[in-house]
Amino acid sequence: MLAKRIIPCLDVRDGRVVKGVNFKGIKEVGDPVECAYEYNKQGADEIVFYDITASHEGRGAILDVVRNTAKKVFVPLTVGGGIGSVEDIRAILRAGADKVSVNSQAVKDPQLIKDGADIFGSQCICLGIDAKKIAENKWTVYINGGRIDMHLDLIEWVKKAQDLGAGEICLNSIDTDGVRGGFDIPMLKAVTDAVDIPVIASGGAGSVGDFAEAFIKTDCSAALAASLFHFHELTIKDVKDDCRKKGIPVR
Amino acid sequence: MTVIIDYGAGNLFSVQNALYHLGIENKISSKRDDIEAADRLILPGVGAFPDAMRKLKEAGLVDVIKRQAQLKPLMGICLGMQMLLDKSYEFGETDGLGLIPGTVELMTPAGGLPIPHIGWNELIKNGKCPLLSESAGEYVYFVHSYAAHTEDKYIAAYCGYGMKVPALVQNGNVYGCQFHPEKSGETGLEILRRFASL
Repeated sequence: MLAKRIIPCLDVRDGRVVKGVNFKGIKEVGDPVECAYEYNKQGADEIVFYDITASHEGRGAILDVVRNTAKKVFVPLTVGGGIGSVEDIRAILRAGADKVSVNSQAVKDPQLIKDGADIFGSQCICLGIDAKKIAENKWTVYINGGRIDMHLDLIEWVKKAQDLGAGEICLNSIDTDGVRGGFDIPMLKAVTDAVDIPVIASGGAGSVGDFAEAFIKTDCSAALAASLFHFHELTIKDVKDDCRKKGIPVR
Repeated sequence: MTVIIDYGAGNLFSVQNALYHLGIENKISSKRDDIEAADRLILPGVGAFPDAMRKLKEAGLVDVIKRQAQLKPLMGICLGMQMLLDKSYEFGETDGLGLIPGTVELMTPAGGLPIPHIGWNELIKNGKCPLLSESAGEYVYFVHSYAAHTEDKYIAAYCGYGMKVPALVQNGNVYGCQFHPEKSGETGLEILRRFASL
């Protein structure tokens, strides 16, 4: 049986790990290669690097991070953040990543999903989404790190992305992100019901039981967290032990 | 010397990183001489079947791989594993290398499970295989939409995903991993280590 995945996310700026809380107040905490290696030892099923480097010139740093991580970490690596073209995707995959996560640029130009999937395969193309509730069972998609409301209906967007060839969706709820009260179950449920491709829950994990809750209440395939693992409040092993106790298949 | 066959399609560097990490002497090559001189061969692959077979033909490597597979261990990984079979029905009908009897077909899992099959799934052993340890409950990483259809005697391990998915196939010297051993943590590294000691 397929295991539910637990995925730590490392926010990286200029080649160093940072984590914003609600996308604000960034604080530096370490070397991404070392962090990835540590998570790998704890049993991470996959590692996500989210590149928040602002300048175009600084973008090469993430490629070195991926290259060095791929030499000592043998689980899938995903890179997101600022991916704007097929060339960006190619460079990241060549550096040793297994998948890319496209977000804002895919909203502005959905063809990026199709081109990426056609050239590299759907399995490489994860669509990252930041969404916020506007009414009961209704959400809209935001871009630029949750700053700009595109007035695009979330459910329409995920269906379209699946049709274009996205292989996976990483769904971040702006409402629950940083609040640490658990994942956004209604939003996750709505998205997992709307598409067949795997959905990764993101935003809101605050305690060990939040992961199992997402797996029990929705059909999500994986759950992602950053700061919770990052500040050693919980290890990935703690989360998996809790899931196992509740009958959820984990590696 | 383990040669990773380079035909312009594949996860060559991930495989090479894993071999280096294990201290296994290796080389990425598209040269016939290297393939003939190798102690064992790895055929990686990512992408679509017809395109990969076309590239392998254009590189002039089909015959040498078929011949060398009679003489030394060969491991196909993911699409490279699928290429070991007789033919695939991905985007039409394309002949494979014919080293393991069977076909490659779109997965049809029961219960509306998503395709591609992405993630960590448990290896269920089906008989003895020198690449597998005795331990149970081991997970490996899969990313694929098509799967091998072959006789039970060629299936060394499978996994459950709304159907029995052949995970590790074997026909004598020829091994095929549907999963990515180079991305499957310690379990995957152990499989590569065992392959390198054949």
